Amino acid sequence: MRLYGKFFMMHLKSIMEYKTSFFLSCIGQFLVSFNVFLGMYFMFQRFNNVSGFTYEEVLLCFGITLMEFSLAESVARGFDTFDSMVKQGDFDRVLVRPRNEILQVLGSRIEFSRIGRILQAVVMFSYGFAVSSVRWTLGKVLTVLFMLMGGTIVFCGIFLLYASLCFFTIEGLEFVNIFTDGAREYGKYPVCIYGKRVLLFCTFVIPYGLIQYYPLLYLLDRGKPYYCLLPAAASLFFFPCLFFWKLGVRHYTSCGS
Amino acid sequence: MITAQHISKTYKVSKRDAGFSSAFKALFRKEYEYIHALNDVSFTILDGEMVGYIGPNGAGKSSTIKILSGILTPDAGTCRINGLIPWKNRIEHVKNIGVVFGQRTQLWWDVPVLDSFELLKEIYRINTRTYRQNLEQLCHMLNLSELLKTPVRQLSLGQRMRCELAASLLHDPAILFLDEPTIGLDAVSKLAVRDFILKLNKEKHTTVILTTHDMQDIEALTSRIILIGKGKILLDGSIHDIKKGQESTEEALAAFYRSHDI
Amino acid sequence: MKKYLAFFRLRFSMGLQYRTAALAGIITQFAWAIMEILMFRAFYQADASSFPMTFQAACSYVWMQQAFLALFMAWMMENEIFDSIVNGNIAYELCRPVNVYHMWFARSLANRFSKAVLRCLPILLAAAFIPAPYGLMLPESPGAFFLFLFTLFMGTGVTVAFCMLVYMISFFTLSPQGIRMVSVSVVEFLSGATIPLPFFPDQVRSILELLPFASMQNVPLRIYSGDLCGTAAWQAAGLQLFWLFALFSLGRIIDALAMKKITVQGG
Repeated sequence: MRLYGKFFMMHLKSIMEYKTSFFLSCIGQFLVSFNVFLGMYFMFQRFNNVSGFTYEEVLLCFGITLMEFSLAESVARGFDTFDSMVKQGDFDRVLVRPRNEILQVLGSRIEFSRIGRILQAVVMFSYGFAVSSVRWTLGKVLTVLFMLMGGTIVFCGIFLLYASLCFFTIEGLEFVNIFTDGAREYGKYPVCIYGKRVLLFCTFVIPYGLIQYYPLLYLLDRGKPYYCLLPAAASLFFFPCLFFWKLGVRHYTSCGS
Repeated sequence: MITAQHISKTYKVSKRDAGFSSAFKALFRKEYEYIHALNDVSFTILDGEMVGYIGPNGAGKSSTIKILSGILTPDAGTCRINGLIPWKNRIEHVKNIGVVFGQRTQLWWDVPVLDSFELLKEIYRINTRTYRQNLEQLCHMLNLSELLKTPVRQLSLGQRMRCELAASLLHDPAILFLDEPTIGLDAVSKLAVRDFILKLNKEKHTTVILTTHDMQDIEALTSRIILIGKGKILLDGSIHDIKKGQESTEEALAAFYRSHDI
Repeated sequence: MKKYLAFFRLRFSMGLQYRTAALAGIITQFAWAIMEILMFRAFYQADASSFPMTFQAACSYVWMQQAFLALFMAWMMENEIFDSIVNGNIAYELCRPVNVYHMWFARSLANRFSKAVLRCLPILLAAAFIPAPYGLMLPESPGAFFLFLFTLFMGTGVTVAFCMLVYMISFFTLSPQGIRMVSVSVVEFLSGATIPLPFFPDQVRSILELLPFASMQNVPLRIYSGDLCGTAAWQAAGLQLFWLFALFSLGRIIDALAMKKITVQGG
């Protein structure tokens, strides 16, 4: 933890060398996800519900998903550029140091311009809360916290999975975007609107549904009571990802780069 | 002490020819080639020794360095460094080694050198007293005191290399790997780096393993060379073993390479 | 002209070499298209009467958009160009006997076309086999198809001309990344990449259709899906021509200013 704090300060110092650029990037980040919201807003100008969800309900879903993603992103973005780290051999440097590899990779890149996105997420999150007609109870507030934690863990897991794949091939990883940026993009709507098959996939393969759709039903008083616990189940997804990472490191040390 | 016995390593790489039609063909069928980077390599290096590890490009130098520093697992053979197997006890092992990759930097580009050092202190969990002591000593030996407050991007290559050396030695490693430490440096900086390595070896008794293409480095620093070509050790001895008469070391080495067809 | 063709060939065979990358790109775009269509289906099922085009047209729009993604996506700007502006490698480019603006324009076109050619066929083929209404339908008439091809080229031209503006403005700022991000998100939204223009409220749409951004992917994709036809289609094509000319001229003006700045101030 202290080491991560140290990495954090280093990045902060670096970024302060380029203040204007940093500021503009923040605005850019803010605008990028704002597009998604605007698209949704205009769609609901035309249609008043989708699969039985109203604008307010979808907004709550969007706010929570975006928050989950942004939190994960601000922690685990180091994995996002991991392919170039492997390509340029900078991972060798990580291996010749006596500390946990994941921690070092995470510390190697912390992008403060993501503040723009986090800000956006906070705005959407609060807006979603303000307009929603949910009758809040302690249980529901806890469920939201649960969703945020579970969601952050699931997205971190996917970032880790992406990085693990970099050990085996450094080309052709574009398709992982479907599960990161795609999940953020399409996660603005509850996953059930995409049909049964997508919902099944998002329940049993990559547990997006467990951190978004099911607990959302609980918040809206439409789901079964145990739905509020599903985000905890989703966190288990992290373990296979971790296993893949270990496998990847072993592959790297046996094949070189 | 470093002992390496019968180390072998083979890589599988995909073959690619230039040109439009072969690129198209590769869409459907990929051909592989096996490269024997290391082929039954054995040597022993004693504590406090300075060894030059030389050979033409692609001879297997960096594979060896990677294996010795725990980054790469060999296909066959054993290696023990101070009782540890590098690739099995990697974390334990790397606490005791320092590595300088001449063409890459471990310092942070935009912040003062001292900040990078502080981060390394954290990474290697160096206690504050030892850190201060080492930093002071290294600053003195490498003449760094002026540079510590400067962001790395404003340093010249020579200044940066001096900082890199210090960065790799803050945690008092028993073994130092130097991968082309003098590449691209001007004459003054080269001499400074060489002087420092000599001094380090003498005062701290650090084992130094050095790869380089600069024969003057070898002449100035090491009495022992290990010469590798096509994955095999061709010579383990002194530079004088290949030098005959008046020719320069460079010419002698070139002749040696040619005679072994590498 | 010959050197630009040579460049195109080089890019194309480079693209072929990275077959895994191409395959992954195809799969990605296929998945995005499916998700997009499923989303439209949900809205269509919610209220078919509010749907501004036929569902089948919307599906074709999405398939074509994904198939020719490389032609229109504003974020596919070239890092090499930005880098050479920032670190001063631009000096090398100035030593060559070609105009920088023309060369980069040709290069960006080559880049986009080579990527698109490689990726569009598998997507189009697969989409054609998906049953109606989810799959890709044929255009209404040969005439519409040729107009689609023409506007496809025009739209790519407008997109590249816009990206050139961003490159050129980078000469005058310290931070190209910031400008790049802001301009990309503006283009994405106004060109109909986020949601197709017909889905906007009518007043908003009628303004957006006049902007250069509508001349990028909006026109060819809607001509193909039959949403835009007859006189409206020809008018839209005319507007594309106008914007291509306007953006190109503006780019040349900024280019001239930038070259002056470089030669006078030494970068």
